[in-house]
Amino acid sequence: MNRQLYEKLIFDYSRPGRRGFYFAEGDAPMPQLPENLLRQTPAELPEVDEPTVVRHYNNQSTNNFGVDTGFYPLGSCTMKYNPKVNDLLASDPGFAAIHPKQPAATMQGALQLYYELQQSLSEIGGMSEFTLNPYAGAHGELTGLMVIHAYHDHRGDSARTKVLVPDSAHGTNPASAAVCGYEVVEVKSLADGTVDVDDLRSKLDNTVAAMMMTNPNTVGMFEKHIPEIAEAVHAAGALLYYDGANLNPMLGVARPGDMGFDVMHINLHKTFSTPHGGGGPGAGPVGVRAGLEQFLPSPRVVKLADGSFSVDQHSATALGRISSNLGNYGVLIRAWAYILTMGCDGLAHVGPLATLNANYVMHRLKGLYLLPIPGPCKHEFVFDGLIDKSTGVTTLNVAKRLLDMGFHAPTIYFPLLFHESLMIEPTETESLDTLDTFCEAMRQIAREAAESPEVVKEAPHLTPAVRPDDTEAALHPIVTYKELCNK
Amino acid sequence: MAHRYFPHTAEDVQHMLDVCGAKSIMDLYADVPEQLRLGRNYNLPAARDEQQVRRQFAALQNTALECFAGAGAYAHFCPAVVDSIVSRSEYLTSYTPYQSEISQGTLQYIFEYQSMLAQLTAMDVCNASMYDGATASAEAIIMAVNATRKRRRALVSATLNPDVIDVMRTYARYHRIDLDLIPEADGVTDLVAMEQLLQKGDVAAVVLPQPNYYGIVEDLSGVADKVHAAKALLVINSPASPLAVIRPAGKWGADIAVGDAQSLGMPLCVGGPYLGYMCCTKALMRKIPGRIVGATTDKNGQRTFVLTLQAREQHIRREKATSNICSNQGVMTLRAAIYLSLLGNEGLRQVNAISADKAHRLAAALVATGKARLAFPDKPFLHEFAIDLQGVSAQQLIDALVAKGILAGVAIADNRLLVAATECCSEEAIQTYVSTLENL
Repeated sequence: MNRQLYEKLIFDYSRPGRRGFYFAEGDAPMPQLPENLLRQTPAELPEVDEPTVVRHYNNQSTNNFGVDTGFYPLGSCTMKYNPKVNDLLASDPGFAAIHPKQPAATMQGALQLYYELQQSLSEIGGMSEFTLNPYAGAHGELTGLMVIHAYHDHRGDSARTKVLVPDSAHGTNPASAAVCGYEVVEVKSLADGTVDVDDLRSKLDNTVAAMMMTNPNTVGMFEKHIPEIAEAVHAAGALLYYDGANLNPMLGVARPGDMGFDVMHINLHKTFSTPHGGGGPGAGPVGVRAGLEQFLPSPRVVKLADGSFSVDQHSATALGRISSNLGNYGVLIRAWAYILTMGCDGLAHVGPLATLNANYVMHRLKGLYLLPIPGPCKHEFVFDGLIDKSTGVTTLNVAKRLLDMGFHAPTIYFPLLFHESLMIEPTETESLDTLDTFCEAMRQIAREAAESPEVVKEAPHLTPAVRPDDTEAALHPIVTYKELCNK
Repeated sequence: MAHRYFPHTAEDVQHMLDVCGAKSIMDLYADVPEQLRLGRNYNLPAARDEQQVRRQFAALQNTALECFAGAGAYAHFCPAVVDSIVSRSEYLTSYTPYQSEISQGTLQYIFEYQSMLAQLTAMDVCNASMYDGATASAEAIIMAVNATRKRRRALVSATLNPDVIDVMRTYARYHRIDLDLIPEADGVTDLVAMEQLLQKGDVAAVVLPQPNYYGIVEDLSGVADKVHAAKALLVINSPASPLAVIRPAGKWGADIAVGDAQSLGMPLCVGGPYLGYMCCTKALMRKIPGRIVGATTDKNGQRTFVLTLQAREQHIRREKATSNICSNQGVMTLRAAIYLSLLGNEGLRQVNAISADKAHRLAAALVATGKARLAFPDKPFLHEFAIDLQGVSAQQLIDALVAKGILAGVAIADNRLLVAATECCSEEAIQTYVSTLENL
């Protein structure tokens, strides 16, 4: 990342007559369409030459920070290394040129990959079958809840209108339940961050469709009462949903299916190393235990008796279609390459090393930062700001100061259980050297907070942009170039 | 545990365990009950090296075909610049731009993308993307229901892509929205039937395609007035590329414009990742789902970009958010922005003109064989059309052309084929297509 802001927008380089692309075969006549069906005023798109486009977007990229730039300890986001060979394989013309509606016989390789990946994820999740169609984690949650809804509907049990969600849950959990038409009921956490089983029992009855949980939870603690929770949820006739955002530390150690979960999703862009792409595309495959397969969405890839693969476009009991095609296929390619590369022997160490890295950082820093829930943690842990509150230095200040030191900030002000949450997830692909450098930076910030707090409070000092005015952006939104010009 | 993605040496691990006061890594899992532990390796193959993985991929059998299929996914040409820039890991390996100070690269291209799509659709506002055109359409209905309060009915034209309708049906069922199909009449939306359905009085949204599933450009004159008179919102679903040449959603009076922008530089790639876009009027801006990037200034007075209007979103509002969407199609918006920067309005117009010219010539030649006729001969189309085959089934024609390396189209009935042409279709392939039908 550089220290200078490349300020121009691509529109600023636009001059009439500049071209970034042309057709040697020249123009063609437009078909005769009635005048009122045609566009009357051209779209104001930039007119720019190719070298300018390349330089603009290359320079812009240097205003950005990625996993390939440096350490990215963003809690619950599992920013592990994104292997380059996976990108190479995903761009292969053997996939890139395949139309989603072409005959199955001409895309057997693509369907085989989908089938084998869904089988691999079933083994890793301890589930019976997966759909790889959901486009993202939240889309997986929604799909999973629809599966649960379809299951209850199929049994004629229509009185279940509520979904239980712990107060420490990711924001997508309650939001997905609401999109699925459910009323959200919050379950309290105990002081150690785990689910209050008594509170859960008091809210379980025949109006509850499902309980959503992530395990380990968002404070990085394993929900050790999970067998008891699963039993209670099932006794009430509800299903247990696993939010796979925190699956990484469980790799090689324990499987959601064995913990009693009925339905789960996996964020391939977290646990299975596919790049986050500045917000996407991700993939959120959904797995179900035996007995629920029939409710998975269409289309499904099936293996026929002769060993060939086919696409089942519609099944009568399926919840319906949640995507145009077979999901973010390019992301699936990368995840399968990751699984092949890691193998069963490599995957077995992913969870343990991620957990070791997190505990190491926690122990190195807990003398300076407030650890409200003592470990051992799993893949991540939460500090409640600095121990010394007298300096007035907040979690936001610490996060911004880290940017000066060449690190991405941890997740801040989440989970909502603490006022000054600072949620750190190092992942297994970070070296001891990197972790030590990060810990030293965190210690330096703590020293600065005590000795010269203004340095921290006014951070960042060295980033391309410094403290943008978020309030102004929301009060008077400017969301297009045209509005910017008219300002 | 030596593996190329793990930096840990045995000494590192021992040192770290010492700091943690643990004897073994599994001590850190003491809270995981014994009976829940896997206690074995996954039943998966052992680790492979890079050569082995690449060989395994090379063994997968796929047949690339010269593409005359569309139905929502189009084989347009994509300049090398797009792939080159998008592969930059500063873009590819970053997360959602929550820390704006070190995410200006991502924020700026999203702002540029929003600006370009707002231009193409002639709408005021565009969000930072939805998953695909189908989920964008489904979310548009939910948005309309939220914006019109207490109205829980959506009217959807039967001439919309059936996969998109299916996704809308799924979302609507679970979100308890009634979805009624507006029937088609001779390949276009039956607007008389639409008016009758509007009289139900509780309609939140009317969703119409442009061009429709059959490639027909529908005449939507006066539709917005009727929809608005019934206090409903008009949603128009369009593939992005043709908006350079046809009257865009905003000029038909749409409140919300959605669709798939795969046609702006995205490979077919077995159906994804593509790019759902969603645009709306300024009046609806605070109801739109997903992320939005806005311009502001920083402490030094520099123009900067931030995620804005976040009070709509799940990480703030939880169950009261406008949507559950979190991860979107991120870097696909960069593809669209670069593609549009290179082509400009003139390039995009040419793509559509050349594609349409090829489609019209192919259609005329197919009809001239006497073995096909246009399904809707009086209706205007651009680069996609439906033909009804005579004496031969759609599947027979598809099979015969697959043998010659050509994907004939998408069969949408036993003898009805949906055919699309793009600037990538060669003249030789067009001739082969026609002669193959002739000789069947």
